[in-house]
Amino acid sequence: MRRSSPASAPQPDPRREMARRTRRSFLMGATAGLAGLGAWEWLNHRPMLDGLASPYRRLLGLNERLSEHLLFDSRHLARQFPTAAAGWPRVNGMEGAPDATDSLADWRLLLAAPNSTPGAPSASDFSLSLAELQRLPRVSMTTELRCIEGWTQVVQWAGVRLADFAARYPLFGSGNNASAFPYIALETADGGYYVGFDRESALHPQTLLADEMNGAPLTPDHGAPLRLVSTVKYGIKSLKWVGRIYASRRRPPDFWAQQGYDWYAGL
Amino acid sequence: MSDVRLHAKHSRAVRWMHWVNLPLLTLMLWSGLLIYWANDVYRIGVGQLTLLHFFPDAVYARLHVNHRLAEGMALHFTLLWPFVLNGAAYCAFLAFSGEWRDLIPQKHTLHDAWRVVRHDLHLSSRPLPPADKYNGAQRLAYTAILLMGVFSVLSGLAIYKPTQLPWLASLLGGYPAARWEHFLFALGYLVFFVVHVMQVARAGWNNLRAMITGYELVPTTDPDPAPGGQP
Repeated sequence: MRRSSPASAPQPDPRREMARRTRRSFLMGATAGLAGLGAWEWLNHRPMLDGLASPYRRLLGLNERLSEHLLFDSRHLARQFPTAAAGWPRVNGMEGAPDATDSLADWRLLLAAPNSTPGAPSASDFSLSLAELQRLPRVSMTTELRCIEGWTQVVQWAGVRLADFAARYPLFGSGNNASAFPYIALETADGGYYVGFDRESALHPQTLLADEMNGAPLTPDHGAPLRLVSTVKYGIKSLKWVGRIYASRRRPPDFWAQQGYDWYAGL
Repeated sequence: MSDVRLHAKHSRAVRWMHWVNLPLLTLMLWSGLLIYWANDVYRIGVGQLTLLHFFPDAVYARLHVNHRLAEGMALHFTLLWPFVLNGAAYCAFLAFSGEWRDLIPQKHTLHDAWRVVRHDLHLSSRPLPPADKYNGAQRLAYTAILLMGVFSVLSGLAIYKPTQLPWLASLLGGYPAARWEHFLFALGYLVFFVVHVMQVARAGWNNLRAMITGYELVPTTDPDPAPGGQP
């Protein structure tokens, strides 16, 4: 077998060698580009799940699990602002808002049994008045309301913690076994708007059932007589005109999550 | 003996990461635009006078951006993974290969960069200062783009989980400020892109080919090529 030493090896013409390498690189690049394009097409043509191609839903689910395990802690609190910094957020949509025929005067909060049917109030639902609810420890916070659209408004809220409500009333059933129910569902009084919370976020100390905004009782525009506010979720989860609440083993339906948004929407 | 020879310039890893980054960054900017549209409050102006609104309605109309917030968020929070992983791989590569030495600014970098800019804008007839793999202007630009990537991730994280990471948002001046900074970095990428492509076009095919094949042709008389002024 003949071996050629490097010195006597035939030197390829550098220009031809370059042309060969360029061809090879372009072929490689074109293949990779086509593969990328194929992956992109595949990604966007998977079956839709609530307004999103399923791979996106799966990735949002992964982000949710990572957020819950690596970032979320009920001791993490949003920054509080001086009360003087508070202002009025815009009324950003009328989805689920009461219309003229809805009377707010005879409003009562319905506490339904765990695993109740969404949007179907029943005679067995436990009900309480605003005055009864207001006997729970009163909490005030001046925090940023953060809209998923990207704007924020500092607002002063007052009301009761959902956690205190859950401790006083049988949100998790007669045995009050919270760990059996990872989700909390909330609906407007007419069921037209509804949100789902993971239990940890619902029981976060800055998740309130608020009846007061900037020192005055809530107006109908802002969710009278009782609304939810939370610093651990975007404003889309801050349900106005709360009518019914229940714990659930299954993930409750969520108005905006059905229209392509992330179900978790956690901050 | 030929008058030219092949000179290895960019490693395979750098070339792959460079070209993979192109579609990823483009899609991050695109999905960012879909998100930004829902609250497009930034502008250049004084008092009531707005000189430039980000972005003019014609831009939205041309790109069909309107009412696609949910789609934008899903894309942004999906593609951030390959985008961040590719960026992290690049940082790791720079660290372990020692190529960070070609990139980080040195004592004369600022002075050199000024000379390169003046030369490239035809404001100075002085020749380009001697350079290693990258000249002063490139060192500044390529270090800046890396830091911008890091700050994009940090400001993004600050507006992604402001309640869980309140210290991060505070460090950046608060939640609204962090959003503004995140937007500013996005504009920064566009500016970088325009200048980068112009400089690549100026530098010519031999230089661009090196980012494709890894090699450039250099004169055989040149023992240690110093292609100053090439991106």
